[in-house]
Formats: sequence, structure tokens, C-alpha cells
Amino acid sequence: MDFLNSHLLSLILFAPAAAALVIVLLPGPNVRRVRWAAFGLSLIPLALSIVLWVGYDSAVAGYQFTEQAVWYAAINAGYHLGVDGISVPMVLLTTLLTPLAILISFSIEKNVRGYMALFLLLESGMLGVFMALDLFLFFVFWEIGLVPMYFLINQWGSEKGEREYGRGKVMSARTYASYKFLIYTMAGSLGLLLAIQMIGSAAGTFDLVTITRVFPTLEGPLSLYGLPIALPMATVKAIAFWAFVIAFAIKVPVWPFHTWLPDAHTEAPTAGSMILAGVLLKLGAYGFLRLVLPLYPQQAHDYAGILALLAVAAIVFGAFASWGQSDFKRLVAYSSVNHMGFVVLGIAAAAYARGTMSAGDAVIALNGAVLQMFNHGLSAAGMFLLVGVIYERTHTRDLKAYGGLFPLAPIYGGILIFTAMSSLGLPGLNGFVSEFMVVRGAWPIFTAYTAVAMLGLLITGIYILKSVRQVLHGPLNEAWKGHALEINAREILAIAPLMVLMLVIGVWPAWIVGVINATVTRLFG
Amino acid sequence: MRPEILTLLIPLPPLLAFGLIVLFTNRSNRLSHSVAIGAMLLSWALAMAVFVIAAFGTPHLGEHPIEISFPWLPTGTTSLSLGVLIDPLSAATLFFVAWTCLAIFVYSVGYHNYGQRREAQDQAGLPPHGGGLEPMYARFFAFISLFAFGMLTLVVSDNLLLLFVGWEIMGLCSYLLIGFWFGKDSAKKAMVKAFMTTRIGDVFMLLGLAYLYSATGTLNYRAILANEEVLHHLATTPAFLGLSVAGACGILLFMGTVGKSAQFPLHVWLPDAMEGPTPVSAMIHAATMVSAGVYLTLRIFPLLSAGWHEGGALTPAMLVVSSVGAFTALFAATIAVAQNDIKRVLAYSTISQLGYMIAAVGIGAFVAGAFHLITHAFFKALLFLGSGSVIHGMEHGVAATSAGAAHAVPGQDGPAGEHKTHAHVDPQDMLNMGGLRSKMPRTFWTFLIGGFALAGFPLLTAGFWSKDEIFAEAFANGRLVVFGVLALAALLTAFYTMRQITLTFLGQPRTEAAGHAHESKWTMTLPLIVLAVFAVGAGWVGIPHDFPLIGGLLPNWMHDFVGGTLLEHPHPIEFSPIPLLTSVAVSLLGLLGGWLVYRNVKAGAPDPLVRALGPVYTLLHRKYYFDELYDRFIVSPAYWLAETFTYRFVDRKVIDGFLHTVVDVAGRLGSFLRGYIDLPIVNGAGDLVGEGVKRAGRSGRVIQTGRVQGYLVVGVAFVAVLLSYVLLVRP
Repeated sequence: MDFLNSHLLSLILFAPAAAALVIVLLPGPNVRRVRWAAFGLSLIPLALSIVLWVGYDSAVAGYQFTEQAVWYAAINAGYHLGVDGISVPMVLLTTLLTPLAILISFSIEKNVRGYMALFLLLESGMLGVFMALDLFLFFVFWEIGLVPMYFLINQWGSEKGEREYGRGKVMSARTYASYKFLIYTMAGSLGLLLAIQMIGSAAGTFDLVTITRVFPTLEGPLSLYGLPIALPMATVKAIAFWAFVIAFAIKVPVWPFHTWLPDAHTEAPTAGSMILAGVLLKLGAYGFLRLVLPLYPQQAHDYAGILALLAVAAIVFGAFASWGQSDFKRLVAYSSVNHMGFVVLGIAAAAYARGTMSAGDAVIALNGAVLQMFNHGLSAAGMFLLVGVIYERTHTRDLKAYGGLFPLAPIYGGILIFTAMSSLGLPGLNGFVSEFMVVRGAWPIFTAYTAVAMLGLLITGIYILKSVRQVLHGPLNEAWKGHALEINAREILAIAPLMVLMLVIGVWPAWIVGVINATVTRLFG
Repeated sequence: MRPEILTLLIPLPPLLAFGLIVLFTNRSNRLSHSVAIGAMLLSWALAMAVFVIAAFGTPHLGEHPIEISFPWLPTGTTSLSLGVLIDPLSAATLFFVAWTCLAIFVYSVGYHNYGQRREAQDQAGLPPHGGGLEPMYARFFAFISLFAFGMLTLVVSDNLLLLFVGWEIMGLCSYLLIGFWFGKDSAKKAMVKAFMTTRIGDVFMLLGLAYLYSATGTLNYRAILANEEVLHHLATTPAFLGLSVAGACGILLFMGTVGKSAQFPLHVWLPDAMEGPTPVSAMIHAATMVSAGVYLTLRIFPLLSAGWHEGGALTPAMLVVSSVGAFTALFAATIAVAQNDIKRVLAYSTISQLGYMIAAVGIGAFVAGAFHLITHAFFKALLFLGSGSVIHGMEHGVAATSAGAAHAVPGQDGPAGEHKTHAHVDPQDMLNMGGLRSKMPRTFWTFLIGGFALAGFPLLTAGFWSKDEIFAEAFANGRLVVFGVLALAALLTAFYTMRQITLTFLGQPRTEAAGHAHESKWTMTLPLIVLAVFAVGAGWVGIPHDFPLIGGLLPNWMHDFVGGTLLEHPHPIEFSPIPLLTSVAVSLLGLLGGWLVYRNVKAGAPDPLVRALGPVYTLLHRKYYFDELYDRFIVSPAYWLAETFTYRFVDRKVIDGFLHTVVDVAGRLGSFLRGYIDLPIVNGAGDLVGEGVKRAGRSGRVIQTGRVQGYLVVGVAFVAVLLSYVLLVRP
């Protein structure tokens, strides 16, 4: 028990990687066994995360369940893990979504072993980002997450479709999407690596706790490894700030860095889209919360207006672009741009107002932003799952090809309406709580932007209802008569936990907001 | 049990019923409707208990309401609490909501033909053909249960956030129920239109909530609306556009009402919402959702009127509210005159009547607005359910006649040519009806009562008393424009109501189907009778004390009780004969006019107003072309913005184009580096060394002949050169 408590984070972090190894080494060609093993093993980190959630004490300040070990002594990078009220919900979200994504992947037939192993590896990568308290470690995990996702899109992505990329050149859609995803994120990572190096050499350590303490007060010029030039600290900070912002903005994604998202989300396999939208996007937002805001209070304040503007652009244009889609999956993909815009708006409001008279508003906005991260993880994953379910049966994502399917799939229809309403932000379900908090917190700080964001909220309703209408309602498209379109038990099992959480958070948000709020108040109040 | 606990329990049974039906009982129709009605009955009983305690057992309820709340959302160091509250306004609202909901639940059993067989050709998602059981019977009861939950939550809420929750849950339910027969293309469009139009109001309302919450740190009614200090602070802090914070918040919140209560310019959804089954129409358009909008306006009355004194100039917010209300009242009444669909007439009449209430609140007549809200809920629910009964009867008639029985209709002597189209008779078109009085007597008498209440038939009906109250207030406070507009609207109301009654029930059947119509079952007519009792009796609780002859016989409970909601009990106004006479005159004149114009409409003949009004009639009939205007100038451009501009242009062309260019440039740069630097220079330099050595070697090979003579010649030559240098050049 002691070992469990003192190494809980490591266990959660490496359980999926170990599981991946087991999957690879599992003898025999039995595909069923591989699937069930992957699912069963992915429940271990979930169970441990629940232990973590229960054991986490929101009344205690600072990081909890910390672990520290010497790792890369030569450059002062250590193995340092820990969680607070912002990362605990993210860890829970990650470990919850992975088993569900694996469960929905049982229909994958091609190279199941590789698929499942990559998926579990991906989980470790994402968890590492949320737990790392060392910048170098953070970067390592940040990059680890990329590779499996690249392969998942590239190898198991949608088989049909082509994408033109300038002057009539064409490649298969999933290849295009995977390249775009990898290269775009890598482009951000370069700056991130540079910034981490600079901060590391300026502070003499990569330990985040130490850096957070000393970095804002560092002043002397930085000389780089014996090079004759010495950079003034203000320049170092400015470069590192922008490098961080761009890397995270690409990941979130903030408008106009978002165009990799619709391609990647649309072409990825169903479970890949669930994890992409559900967790990977949160890495960017988490980067803002964990690194940008604490390390650069001044710069964050100065440029918060721009960030808010881009957030509103994401909310409005994301919603409009979503409305303009005729591809069900792409519509849902664009909805992520729209929803993540609220996260960024909350972050921007907090960046602007922390430490001022409106700090109370900043806390509410940031609570909303973190909860919105969690909520979007639930609703976007749910929506992608449902898109996958209908795609598997009809082999089309074209909204115009559906029509009036409700009588053929009443349970599916009910679940779709429920999940769509969560995504739409219907009061009583989770999305509303977080959007309301963001709007409430941002209103006194960025009044005009918040008002414009309402246009996005309006259009959110339009595109959600558009998808529901074109899939379920209207006269039945005769082409599907006699087809078995109803959702099956395994798929219901995969979405049921999401639906329960959507409802529970909508009705009684205090259990999770309380945890977030305690940390946010301490950090930014 | 303590009254606050009872209050807390009121909304829960229908929610439980919804869950039970969806998860467990949906295969059994009997079990499903039993669960739903049982739950509603329980809520009704709880509501009545709470109402009795509140109205008769709690003195000074306004100052000491029944309330209880719990912390719900942590926000920094404090938290936002939600809870329930029963003050006079919510008690009165609870009363009519519970009664009308219960009536609608019971009515639905008959309306959806419980007890009949399910016809083989009926499909889920389409209305059943005459007389068959509704295929989605259980689902209907699940939805209306959730709807009732939403409304009851809204009424018992003690704060604006929980009100908004109930508000939106009803929005969802109205969406689901308007589109209950989603297989119809028209229903599919109407459901989205209703949701989106109201959502326009809702996003403003959300801003209003955010604003008010930021300004006061709470959303609790008592903490804001019954707190003089807070109100004063809000009224004196400037916001924008010359409004105070109170006014700005008030108007933003009022936008929610404009959407939900279908006020101009967001009125377009409500008539289309008639696509739903008729009990839904009654639910949405009378008992619950549209009433919720007025309820909200009544709730935020202290905010709208902050800084206003009785008799003083209206605040800007009140001016907005009263203008919207009065304009809508008249505007919708004119459209109602030219509609032929029995439910659409009622829909426009609802918009118009809601306008009355809004206008009343806007001019400061809080009690009169609440009074009309209550009476209207009863008589409008009655009228909708009555119209459903009529449609039901007509559908039976259509089914009976299209089944092939082409025998003569008793009592009908219309032209034989009419019979050709009988299979396509629209059972909702009033021009296809006529003479239903004798076929459906219970429906007729109750509909007549409801119609007269709507028209404000003097003294007897509830509608008269509440409408008269609004006139009196408008007149006494000198709001003569509002008074005139509302009076004109009342004239039209009486006219189109009598038009409706005459076309539907009086005269001779104008189609075979109407001749075959028959009375509906008791589950449908019993609720009509109950509601008819209220459509008359609900007015007696608000008779002014100084009304000639009968004033003071009954206590003016409306004024005494509901007026207590406000911080400062409103003063009763002086009696004046002018508004009374106006109200009596417009009502009687309108009714008489409607009867005279429509009593002799023959089968197949057009509406007499078509000739009389000409193009104006078309304009009214087409609802001033608002749907077309909105579609042309708002919806289509917005979709262009979404599809063509944002997606195809900005994302695909500009942003992706830029990315592709970057890739392209990078690719070209690579080719350039390879083609012009790497290959010729780097490789070239490397190659040059290698090649040079090789070439040099190859050229050197020429002399490596392997013959000693050759080498000797070279050696001799070299020595000769060396010697010549040493001997000839050096010295």
C-alpha cells in the first residue's frame, strides 16, 4: 500500500507502456485475445487514477503524489512527477477515454496487435505531459505522444478519400492528414525545445517547481554555452514566451493554426479521433495553464487581448466552418475548434485579470476553462464515437446520404441527441456549466469579445441541430430500409460512462469544480 | 412535512417518470402513460399543497417566502447556490401550471388513440392515419414528462440560473415535441426553427445572466430583486448606450422572453411549432413555455423598473418592453385574422395575448400582467385542446369518407363537386369545417367558453377581467398609445375568435368529412370541461374593489396576494368608466362583426375578407413575408458565410493555401539546394577532388609504360634539365 501511494503516478504513467509491451509479446495469432487483453490492461491505469482521484486532497496546496529521481544529471534534468487540481482531472480523463477508445476499436481488423500497442503507448505519452514537473521530461512525453498518433492516422485512418495540396497534386487523405498533423506539431515543438533549452540554461535546472519560483525574477543576461553573445533576459523571456505560445496554440488549436485539426480528426480511425479531440488538444491548453501563465505573468497579461481575439475567432469561425460541412465527421471535428475557443477565452481572461481587482472573475473564467477541457473531452469523444458507429454501418459520412434514420436506430438516435445536447451546451448537462463559467468570468474582463463569442454559441446550436436533423429526422432515406443500423451493446458500453459523466457534471458540478477551483484559486486568485 | 421540502419535491416526479419510461417501461404503453400521469398527479398534489400553504397559511408571503437553497458551484472562495422559492408570483404560477399540465397529460391519452390498434401502415415518426394508436405513444409521455419537469423547475427556482436550466430543458422538449413526427419534412424544419429562434434570445439572456452575476455576485431573486440597496446601486451605475446596469441586464434578460414568448421580431417560430401534436401545442403555447417568458419578465420587473416610481416616466427598459409588447399584440392579431388553419389562428392569438402581458409589465402594471398570464393559460390551453378535439373529429371524418363511403352527408347540401377532393381534405383548415356544433357538442360549448374568454366577453369570462385590468392600468397611468394599440388589438381578437367559432362550429358542414366528424372520448373532453371552469372562474379572483355593482363582493385576491411579490405593494388604481366601456365595446363589436361576416360562408367559397381587403389580405395571410425576409437576408447570407467564406475560402484557400505554399517553397528550396548548391558545388567540389586526382592519375598513366628505355630517356632528360639549370642559370 505504501509503495502504491508513493509511486502511484509512476504506476499510472508506465502501466500503459508495460501493457503495450505485453500486447506485443502476447503469443499466438488470436485477435480476440489481443483485443480483450488491451481492454483489460487499459483498465489498470483507470483503476489507479480513481485511486488517485480519491486520494487527492484539494485542501492541500501545491503538487501531490510527487516523485523525484535523478535522471539526466549532466544537464540537471530530473524525473519529477506530481499532480494538482488542474492535472488530476486530465489524468482521469485520459485514463477513462483510453479503455473506451480501445473498446470501440474492436472492429479494427488490420494488424490489431500493432494498433493496440500504439494506442497504449500513446496513453503513456499523454499522461506523462500531465504529470511531468520537469521541463525536459515534459518535452519528452510531448513528443512521445506524436509518434503513435501519426501511425494510427497513417495506417488505420480512413481508406477512402483524396486530398489536393496545391497545383493539382493529390495524395491519399489519410497520408495528407498524418503528414500535416506531424509536421505542424513538430514545427511547434521546435520552438518549444528551443524555449525549454533557454529556460533550462537560464535557470540552471529543468525542474518546473524551481523554475516557476525563480524564473519571473531572473534578470541577468544569459550567455549561451560559452558563445560570445549574451542575451538580455528580457529577450530570452520574449523568445521563450512566443515559442511556448505558438507550440501550444498549434496544439489547442487556436485560430488560425487550426487547419490540421479537421484533416487529422476526420481521417483518423474512430478511436483515434476520440483521443485526438478528447485528450491531445488538451495538452495545448494544459501547456498554457502549466507553463505560460505561471512563467510569464507579465507577457501573458500584455498579450492576453490578442489571445482573446484569436479565441473568439476560433469560437465564431469554428462554428461557422462546422455549419458549412456536409461531412458528419468533419462537422464534429470543427466543433472542437469552436469548443476549445472557450477554453482559450477563459485562459486569456485569466491571463489578463489575475492579480487585479477582477481576480475573482479570472478564477471563475479559469475554472470554466479547465472544466471545459474535461467536458469537451467527454462530448467530443462521444460525438466521434457516434459518428464512427453510423459510419461502420453505412460506410458514408456524407450527411446528405443519411436522412430519417431515427426509426431504424431508436437507441442510437436517443444517445446521439443526448450527446449532441451536451456538445451544444444544454443546461442540465456538462457543457453548459463550463461555458457559463467562462462567459461569466470573461464578461467583465473582455466584454466585447464575450458578446461576439455569443454569435459562436448561437451557431453551435445550428450545426449541432443540422447534424441531428440530417441523420435522424425527415423522411426515411429508402436506401437504408432493411439495414441494421442500431448501435450494439459493446458500443453502448463504450459511450455509457461518458453519458453518465455528462449528466452528473451537469447536475452536480461541485465534485469536480471543487478540485479545480481550489488549485486555480491558489495559483491565480 | 416542511413546505420548502414539499416545494423541492414538486418537479421531481415527472423527471423520474421520464427516466423510468426511457429506460424501462417504453415497451408498454399502459405502464408508460400510467407512470407519466401518476407522476404528474403527484406533482399536482404537491403543488396544490404548497399553493394552499403559501396562499392561505403564510401571512406576508412576499416578505417571508418559502425558500431553501444549497451551494452548487464553487467559485473562488465563495460559491453559487441554487434552491427553491415560493413567493406569491411563483405560487400563483404553480397553480395554473399544475392544473393545465395535468389536464394536458390526461387529454394526451385520448388524443393518441390509446386503446385502439396500431395500424400496420403507421410508422414511427409520422402521424398515424385516422384513429390508429400512435406508434411512439410511450415516447410522447416521456417527452411531456420531461417538459413538465422543466416548467416546474423553472417556477419553483429561487434564482435566474436554475430558471435558465428549466427554460432550456423546455426548449429541448419543445424541439423534440414539435418534431415529434419527424418523418414529416415540415416538422423537421419547424423543430429546428423553433429551437434556433428561441436560442437567439437565449444567448442574449445568457449574457444578461453573466452581467447580472458579475455586477451583484449572485443570481438569487431575493438577493437582487428584493434588495433595495442592490437595485439602487444597479439603477445608478451607468452601463452602455445610456442605460443603467439594471436596465442593460433587464433588456438582455428580456431578450430571452422575446424568443421564448415569441415576441416580435422573434415570433416566427411559434406558428410553425403547430407541427407538433396538439397536446404539445397546448403545452407550449399556453401552459408552459411561452408563459415562462412572461414569468421571467414579471420576475425581473424590479430590475426593469429600477429607478421608476408609479406614475413617473418609464425607464428606458420599460419603454422597450412595453413597445415590443404592444406592437406584438396588434401585429400578431392582424395576422391571425387571415389564417385558415385552426391551430395557426390560435398560435397568432397566443403571440398577440403574450404581447398584452408584456405590454402590461412594461407600463408597470405588474399585477395585471400576472393576472392575464394566469387566465390566458387556462383559456388558451382550453382552446388548443378544443382545437385538437376538433381536428381529431375531423380526422375521423376524413378517414371515414376516404374509406370509400360516398353516401350523402346528412344535413349537407353543398355542391357535389366538393366531393372529389375529400381524400385530401385538410382536417385543420377551418374552411373545410362548419356545423360541428351538433356533431361535437361538448367540444363546442367548451370551445365557445374559451373563445369568449379570449375575446374578453364582458363580466362572465376570465379574459374580460384580466384584459380590463390592463386597459384600466394603461389608461390610468396615461399610456394612451399603448391603450389605443391594445384596444385595437382587442377588437381584432374578438373578430378573429368569432370568425373561428363561426367557421368551425356554426352553419352547415362544408365538407363530407365535417359531416362525418364525431365527438371525442371522455379523456379528451373531461380536461376541456375542467379548463372551461377555470376559463370562467379564474377571473373572479381579480375583480377590482370599486367595480360598479359587483366590486367588493369577492376579495381582489390577485392584487392583494400577487402584488405582495413586489418590494412595494402597488397601489390600486381609481376606477374609470372609459377603459371599461372601451373594453366592453371592442369585445362585443368584434364578436358581432366576426359572426356577421362569416355566418354564411359556403363550401368552396373563399374567405369573405379576400375580396374586401385584396392585397392586404395576401400580406396578412403570408404573415407580412417575415419568413421569406429572414430566409433571404439572414439565414442564406449566414450559410454563405459558413460554407463558402469561412470554410472554402478562409480555411481551405487562405490558410491551407498558405501552408501548402510553405510546403511548396520548402520543396522548391530543397530542389534548388540540391540542384544548384548540393549537386554542383558541394558534390561538385568533392567530385572535383576525386575526379581531378583520377584524371591526373590517368594522364600520368601515359608515361607509366613499363619500358626501361622510356624511363631512361626521361631520366636523361631530367638530368639534362637539372644540369643546365645548375650550370647555366645559377651562376
